[in-house]
Amino acid sequence: MNIAVLVKQVPDTTEIKIDKETGALIRKGIPTITNPDDLTGVELALQLKETYGGNIHAFTMGPSSAKNMLRELYARGIDEATLLSDKAFAGSDTWATSHILASALKKHAFDLVIAGRQAIDGDTAQVGPQVAEFLKIPHVSYVDRVIDYNDGMLKVKKNEEHRMLTLNLPTPALITVLDEAAKPRYMNMFDIFRRSHLPLNQLTCDDLDVSLADIGIKGSPTKVKKTFNKSATQKQPKQTLNPEQAARTILDFIEAKGGQS
Amino acid sequence: MEHILSDQHRLVKKTVQQFVKDTVKPRAKSIDESETFPHDTVESMREMGLFALPFEEIEGGAGGDTLSYAIAVMELSKACATTGVILSAHVSLCAAPISMWGTSYQKETFLRPLLSGESLGAFGLTEPNAGTDAGAQKTVAIDKGDSYQISGSKIFITNAGVADLYIISALTEPEKKHKGISLFIVEADRKGFSVGKKEMKLGIRGSSTRELILDKVNVPKENLLGKENKGFGMIMQILSGGRIGIAAQAVGICEGAIEEALEYTKERTQFGRPISSFQNTQFTLADLETKKEAAKGLLIKAALYKDQGRPYTKEAAMAKLYGAQCATEITQKALQLFGGYGYTREYDIERMMRDAKITEIYEGTNEAQKMVIAGSLLKEGTS
Repeated sequence: MNIAVLVKQVPDTTEIKIDKETGALIRKGIPTITNPDDLTGVELALQLKETYGGNIHAFTMGPSSAKNMLRELYARGIDEATLLSDKAFAGSDTWATSHILASALKKHAFDLVIAGRQAIDGDTAQVGPQVAEFLKIPHVSYVDRVIDYNDGMLKVKKNEEHRMLTLNLPTPALITVLDEAAKPRYMNMFDIFRRSHLPLNQLTCDDLDVSLADIGIKGSPTKVKKTFNKSATQKQPKQTLNPEQAARTILDFIEAKGGQS
Repeated sequence: MEHILSDQHRLVKKTVQQFVKDTVKPRAKSIDESETFPHDTVESMREMGLFALPFEEIEGGAGGDTLSYAIAVMELSKACATTGVILSAHVSLCAAPISMWGTSYQKETFLRPLLSGESLGAFGLTEPNAGTDAGAQKTVAIDKGDSYQISGSKIFITNAGVADLYIISALTEPEKKHKGISLFIVEADRKGFSVGKKEMKLGIRGSSTRELILDKVNVPKENLLGKENKGFGMIMQILSGGRIGIAAQAVGICEGAIEEALEYTKERTQFGRPISSFQNTQFTLADLETKKEAAKGLLIKAALYKDQGRPYTKEAAMAKLYGAQCATEITQKALQLFGGYGYTREYDIERMMRDAKITEIYEGTNEAQKMVIAGSLLKEGTS
C-alpha cells in the first residue's frame, strides 16, 4: 500500500497573533511543530505500512523552514519527503493550497492519501477533501479508525459525533483522520541518526502543472476582510429553559435581530 | 545551548522531552515513594533506542554521540533523577567499557544485547572498605586455567538486582594491589552470583542500589575485559566517562528545580502580589539560572572534548564537581522559595533536593573530583 501523507508546519501555540493589516497569522519568532492531526496521519501511515507493506511519502507546502519538520518525519520512519516551496505559493488559501498539493500528488501513484482532520492554526478542515476533489478520488473525512484493507477496498470508521459510520472505500482514496486514529510514536534514536538527514525532494512552481492564476493570493477565492478576537460585550440575563423553549427563544432572538429562521 | 546543537541533537531532545512529559514525570513521585524500580519506563526507553545512543552502528549502536547522550540524561533527570541514573550507569559504566576494550566475541555476545536494551548493565567496583580508595579492594579472581573464580562482595551498586550483566573488578594479583586489578564481564545468572540487601536511600529511591555477593563465581577466560592487571587504569577511564553522565544528571536536576520554582513563584501570592515580583525571588532565580548555565557549559565542553577525541578527564571532573555542587545548592534555594509548601511532599522540589545530594557522592565524591582536577592542573597547567 503506497501512502501519501499531507502535513503542515504550524505555530506551537494556542495564542495565535494576527497581523492587523494583512489579517494573516504572524509566524515569525514562534516555534513550530507538525500539526498534531497530521502527525496522527503519519503514525497511521506507519502502522498501515507495517501491516500491508509499501512506502510512505510526505508532502508539505511551506517555507524552507518546513524542512526541519520533514527531517523529523524521516526520523519517525517515512520513506520519502517532498517540500513544495515557492514565492508564488505565498498567500494561498485552502483552495489554492489544495490545487498545489494535488498537482504534486498527481506525479505519483498512491493507494491512499492521508491528511489530518484540520490544522490548529486555521481550523478549516478543507484541504484534505479539496485535494481529493482535485485528484478526482473518493474521500472520507473524520476517520477515527482504519479497520482493514482488502482487495483494494479500505474499510474505515467515520466519527460524525452523534453517530459512527463504517464505510468501504475503493482505493485510490483520501481520508482525513481524527486524533483517535493513532497515537504518534516517539522518534527512535536509531532513526534520528540514520534517517533524519536523508535527502528531501524540493519542488517549485515550475515543477508542477499549475497556472499562476490558480495559486497564491491571486488564485485564492478567500479574501480575509478582517480578523478580530470576539469579545462578549453585552450581558444577557441567564434563563433556565427546557430544550423546546430554548430553541424558541433563540429563534425569536434571531428574528428580532432581522435574521431568518 | 541551542546554538551548538545539530538537527539530530534537537530531535533527541524533543523526543526525550515528550517521553518525559508523557511517562517519566507522572511516575517520578510514585517510584520515589514506593522505592520501586520503573521497569515499564525502562522498557519504553529500550524501545526508543536510548540504551544504544552514543555507540557506533557497527556494534549495534544508534550512531549518536556523547552530547546526545548527555542531552538524554539531562532531560530525563529534569523530571526524575532515578530514571537518569539508570541510563547513565547502563551506558557509561557497562556498555561503554565493552565498546572500548571488548573483543569481537564480547561485543557480539554482551554489547549487542546491552545496546538493544535486551540486557541491562551495571558496574561493580565499590566495596565496603574500598570507596575513593579503589585500589584497596578485596575481591579476588583466581586463575583456574580456562576460567577465573571470583570471590568477594561489592556495595552501593546502581542497577544491581535488575541488571543482567555486570562489569566486576577483582584482584588477579592481590600482592600488586591496584596494579593487580582486572575487569570481568559477569552474567547475573552465573552460579554463586547473588544480590544482597537493598539500600534504603535518601534520594534516587526508585533506582535499585544493592550489594553484590560473588561466591566462587566461575567465569570463562573470554569474559576478561581488556588485559589482566590493567583494570585500575581502565576503571579511571570508565569513571571519567561516567562523570559526564552524572554531570548531565546534576544539570538536569538543576533545570527541573528552576522550572518548578518559576512556576510556583508566578502563582504564589503574598502581600497581594505574586512572589515572583519580589526582588529577593528574582535575584535568587537569577543566581540559580546563572549557575546552572555555567554548569551546563562545563558539561557540554566535557562532552564535546570526548566526542572530538581530546583528553577530557579534567573537563569531566570539573563538570561533575560543579554540576553536583549546583544541584545541591539550587534545589535547596529553590525549595526555600516554596516556603512551607516546599517542605511537604505535595511538591516535587523536596524530592529533587533529596535526589541532588547523591551527585556529590557517587562516581567519585566532590573531593575525589578535586583530586583529579588538581592532579591534571599540577601536571599540565591551566587550560
